[in-house]
Amino acid sequence: MSANDAASATVGESAERATEAAAEADESVIDLAGVTFGYTATPVVEDVSLRVEPGEYVAVVGPNGSGKSTLMRLMLGLLGPDAGTARLFGEDAARFDDGERVGYVAQQAAAAEDMPITVREVVKMGRFPYLGLDRLSDGAFADELADDPVRTARRTANVVSGRLTADDWETVDDALATVGMSAFADRRIGRLSGGQRQRVFIARALAGEADLLVLDEPTVGVDAESVDAFYDLLDALNDAGITVVLIEHDLGAVVEHADRVVCLNREVYFDGPTDEFVESDALARAFGTEARFLTGGAE
Amino acid sequence: MSDPLTAALVAWLLGAVDGSLPLAAGTQPAALTLQGGFAAVGEAIFAALRWVLAQWYWLMDWAYYLTGLEMLNPRYRYMHRAILVGLCVGVMAPLIGTFLVHRQLALIGDALAHTAFAGVAVGLFLNAVIDLGVSPYLTAVVVAMIAALFIELISETTDAYNDVSMAIVLSTGFALGTTLISLNAGGLAVGVNQFLFGSLSTVSPQSAGILLVLFVVIVGTVAVTRNQLLYVTFDETAAAVSGISVNWYNRVMVMLTAMVVVGAMQIMGVILVAAMLVVPVAGATQVSRSFTESLVVSVVLAELAVLLGIAVAYYGGVTAGGVIVLVAVGIYVCAVGVGKLQSARGGREVPEMGSIETDDADPSAGTGGD
Repeated sequence: MSANDAASATVGESAERATEAAAEADESVIDLAGVTFGYTATPVVEDVSLRVEPGEYVAVVGPNGSGKSTLMRLMLGLLGPDAGTARLFGEDAARFDDGERVGYVAQQAAAAEDMPITVREVVKMGRFPYLGLDRLSDGAFADELADDPVRTARRTANVVSGRLTADDWETVDDALATVGMSAFADRRIGRLSGGQRQRVFIARALAGEADLLVLDEPTVGVDAESVDAFYDLLDALNDAGITVVLIEHDLGAVVEHADRVVCLNREVYFDGPTDEFVESDALARAFGTEARFLTGGAE
Repeated sequence: MSDPLTAALVAWLLGAVDGSLPLAAGTQPAALTLQGGFAAVGEAIFAALRWVLAQWYWLMDWAYYLTGLEMLNPRYRYMHRAILVGLCVGVMAPLIGTFLVHRQLALIGDALAHTAFAGVAVGLFLNAVIDLGVSPYLTAVVVAMIAALFIELISETTDAYNDVSMAIVLSTGFALGTTLISLNAGGLAVGVNQFLFGSLSTVSPQSAGILLVLFVVIVGTVAVTRNQLLYVTFDETAAAVSGISVNWYNRVMVMLTAMVVVGAMQIMGVILVAAMLVVPVAGATQVSRSFTESLVVSVVLAELAVLLGIAVAYYGGVTAGGVIVLVAVGIYVCAVGVGKLQSARGGREVPEMGSIETDDADPSAGTGGD
């Protein structure tokens, strides 16, 4: 078994175990019920109900300003709904504290162009949720200490000092191998192309052993050839059991890759299989609303 | 002072910061136990600081005997302390500055320096009016940290750091400082220049001790929280999604910045202190490939600027703060040149991207292309 095979096996096995565990517990990955939210009195997202089950590949589409990114922030607990409930892996999204289970990939602009930081250092961040003083309050800590005091003491020292263990580094390198970026590990991320950078951010999520990957218009500003490679990567990860939620404006990519489409324009216009979405008039209705709004027509 | 607990705390504080007063003097019986505890801890800390200073003097004496450099002469203990303060500033300023610069918060150092000036004015004012005997650097730390939290709260409320909030805090700090000084001009104006422009000769054992405490707190905090600070600096949203409390770490960062500013103010002065947070980091960014490397390089550049600056200031009889900044800027210009050379030489070899590999995936999928 090559290093890459080992890496891929690790990703696949980990995600599949998580998927099976979630399915056994009848636990939706994301569960929004009647969610309404507005930055002002006017709601940006209104009465949205949405369940994402383990292993799904869901794309959220809609015109500009339709509330896609706001919906994503609600899903992740970064915003609290004005009405309704948002749950992540069965927990209240705002209080969800298993952050390593969620990988987030933003538009490439999020990465500081001039910051001197290597690809490996970025991917390493995926392991940070496993480090830090707050990890010591983990309920399992006392049990582990009783079972294996030496190993636990060593792990505690690493957690407190913020040092990655050899196992952590192996996970980081495996994640890089999985996205085909091992050769770029010591390069400054600012020197990479848009598509390469997005692969690195996927690797960061994999390093955290995420069960859910949330991507907010990840291919904006990425050249066409790299976009294809990027979506192939998402397909492969989804096939390996990772749940994918994709906020996307590129309808062609959505139709080609996602299993399910949610069409949003403040409220949900369509939620179903991709082939049904293609044949429905949801897109025309959702985008048509926006067109009428822009020309001053009242809905 | 009617509350005995408060009286005990104030008495301890006065005793701790003013060597002329005995520790725990003037306390009342009701607070003796607590005060005794504080006094014991305080005494232990100050004993440790005195020991560190004594060792530093010894080291500098040896350096003088080995090098014969006049500025290291054992008669000039103030220079020994100035070098110690400079070396500490050379570590902690770029350490915090690296996180600030890459979050494009370079100006926050300037804003906090001006509020620290207000803190100095508050200390001088209290000393002049009610003879409190507290070190102005101590009041500067308190006021700068309050201002730091204020800036952070504004940014949390408005969802963004902005120039306007920093400008308001900066102006308010300086306005408060100048007003307090003008209220009692005869007593205060005399000592203001050293805080505005910094001075090598006025680094007292007491202020060197305060700086050592700040140094330990800052370096220790960064050592423990560096991963979280890096994640928040690089990608705030992803950090929040991963469960890191972004607001909490932002507060830690601005509080540490306030401490650095006050620490560096002694030799750099209010007006130039922000330069130590920014210039060495900007230089390191030009020549470093990794974040870890940039931290190390920025500290090396800052130490170089501090030591050269102090030496030039001593032998040239000029203000240390100004010379240190000029040297730092000179180093930055050199770093830009080196960075350009590195860019011209490197980047020609582009490694090939590997295949996307997952266990169920087609190994040939998504190869190359970027």
